[in-house]
Amino acid sequence: MIEFVRNVRLWFAPEVVRQEGTTPDYRFSLANERTFLAWLRTALALIGGGFAVDQFLPDLGRGWRIGLALALLAAGVLCSLRAVNHWMRCERAMRRGEDLPVSRFPALLSVVIAVVAVAMVVVVLVGWEG
Amino acid sequence: MKEPARDPGLQPERTRLAWRRTTLSATVAGVLAAKTALHGSTSVAGVVACAACCALWLGFLLIAHRRIRALAVADRPAALAPRQAAGAVLCTVLLAVCAAALVV
Repeated sequence: MIEFVRNVRLWFAPEVVRQEGTTPDYRFSLANERTFLAWLRTALALIGGGFAVDQFLPDLGRGWRIGLALALLAAGVLCSLRAVNHWMRCERAMRRGEDLPVSRFPALLSVVIAVVAVAMVVVVLVGWEG
Repeated sequence: MKEPARDPGLQPERTRLAWRRTTLSATVAGVLAAKTALHGSTSVAGVVACAACCALWLGFLLIAHRRIRALAVADRPAALAPRQAAGAVLCTVLLAVCAAALVV
């Protein structure tokens, strides 16, 4: 957690990042940036999904609808925060010439998405019968 | 002005398109937000939330536009500034916060 807070401070202090290590080949930095953007798109899609659940499943019970929408929105927030954090860690690792950081976030997100998808199927089936 | 040397991997172009795709995703999320905000009877809170979502979308667009211009001009484009990355993420997170307020 303390590590995360320290990283958050770094997001707004580019000159500190540039002080350590050497600048890597610009192509590596651009590839890192594209990965960051891909995660950001995933986050935006999750947020869009939250809106969509609220708008396009009006027959659902209020509790289920809001619960699913909030779960998707929370996943979107987590995903975007993690995107910038991981981008920063990769950038620093490249500057220092270290291995890129590993992460269990992709696996975690996959499991959460699978659970939400199954919940959606159940809810839609039950909702339509009821 | 000197034409920038062409990178055979087209890295700046690919990065530019990635920014465009992400802006498009943000637009879709923004349109869904506007639809939610103005759904049914229009209340003051709904209009305020809609305006906030539009402002966030504009903020994202501005960051993307600046970055795309930086990519186009430089021969060896500088890495993305952490401040820009944090700004883009901030727009996304605030959009989600607006969404949560609208849904509940």
